Amino acid sequence: MFERLLEEAPLFFSYPNLVFILEAMGRTLGMTVIGCTVGFVVGLMIAVLRRSTSRMLLPFRAIAIAYVETFRRIPFLVILFIVLFVIEPLMPGSSLFVIATVSVCLIATAFLSEVIRSGLESVPEQQIEGARTLNFNSLQMLLLVILPQSWKMILPPAAAFIVMFIKDTSLASQLGVIELTFAGKMLVNRGFSPVLGFGVILVCYFALSYPLSRFAAYLEKRLASS
Amino acid sequence: MHHLEIKNLSSSYGTEKVLQGVTLSADKGEVVSIIGPSGSGKSTLLRVLIGLTLPTAGDVFVAGEKIDYGGRKSVRSLRDKMSIVFQQYNLFQNMTVMGNVTIAPIKIKKRPRSEAKKHAAMLLDKVGMADKHDAYPEELSGGQQQRVAIARALATTPEILLLDEVTSALDPERVNEVLDTIRALTNEGITMLIVSHEMAFVREVSTRVAMMDQGQIIEYGAPNVIFDAPTEERTKKFVANILKH
Repeated sequence: MFERLLEEAPLFFSYPNLVFILEAMGRTLGMTVIGCTVGFVVGLMIAVLRRSTSRMLLPFRAIAIAYVETFRRIPFLVILFIVLFVIEPLMPGSSLFVIATVSVCLIATAFLSEVIRSGLESVPEQQIEGARTLNFNSLQMLLLVILPQSWKMILPPAAAFIVMFIKDTSLASQLGVIELTFAGKMLVNRGFSPVLGFGVILVCYFALSYPLSRFAAYLEKRLASS
Repeated sequence: MHHLEIKNLSSSYGTEKVLQGVTLSADKGEVVSIIGPSGSGKSTLLRVLIGLTLPTAGDVFVAGEKIDYGGRKSVRSLRDKMSIVFQQYNLFQNMTVMGNVTIAPIKIKKRPRSEAKKHAAMLLDKVGMADKHDAYPEELSGGQQQRVAIARALATTPEILLLDEVTSALDPERVNEVLDTIRALTNEGITMLIVSHEMAFVREVSTRVAMMDQGQIIEYGAPNVIFDAPTEERTKKFVANILKH
């Protein structure tokens, strides 16, 4: 087997193949980054919305809760197919990458909003009462008191989720998005050894997620001591 | 006209009636202490006054103006004039000592930063924390945190200051530094409502003392009357019990 690998290696690591793999890696990274960025921003808004007690916002709160509770319980693959069959007739010709990215956004928003919500809730009630008696309004309370104190509770699990999510984007290969996993499959189908093909894919996934895990660990350590 | 006037104030947590028609008044610059057994509603009274707990009945007047606790505007203008110091200090953990004392003047009252800092430095000096401007709350002892909390409450230049068992969470050897700080404030013209278990201190600084039990004020008078010649049986018992220790 080892000889076969050595024999195939020069062919496998040809310039077009490397570009092909890097492009696929870019798609995996793109889906994760866009999904988690949108997820973080929208998730934060949902988390803040769910904390509000205003009666006017009650219907929005109900929708937010229903959304979060539903999407956290649907497998990612199922969301991919739902989004595919909803978006296709609405916007014909949407690329598979767009469909997969929308799916990633939907699921990342649901999960990250829960991470953020529990982070916000970790700030003791006394902090909020102190701010209220000093006439802080809701936004000032959030920006000046609650958020600065909840980052250390939010960032570590959020980073863990994102690292995990890099792997889950492989399910988009089921749709035909040429991300890392699908790229591996295609290379193997062209006749390259599966050990070589998927071995390289493995290294690519590792290269994406390991630095992020290290960064998360660093953040956790720094935030814990501040 | 009284500076602070409380009429028939009631409040409940769920079905439990914590305040049952409290009536109390304080003139400008007066130091009124509220004593009484645990669970008698002393802290709740202060929480209702500052608008953290809603009253179910009764009225509160500040300088003759009736407070509408359901109305945002009324509560805002109330909190412009009234500050509270909590038992657990409630300092903002993400801000330095200086940050804690200047945040409300700068962000809420929109005072110039340099002016707010100058005022804060003066207040921190007054509470004996002049050398700790850049420390974070978690680096300070309870007594130090509480003194910063007092400076923070004063930074918005309140006319009325509420002190809610401010020494109860402190180590015994830290109690006096906080009491000394409060003592120094009592002749600055700020109307003070003090909930405390430090009877010697209460007796010394108060102009009047209110004895509270089961959500009501059962006796209200000069400290020497409340401590030496109470008329109510429950006051007699409470005072006798406390002074024994």
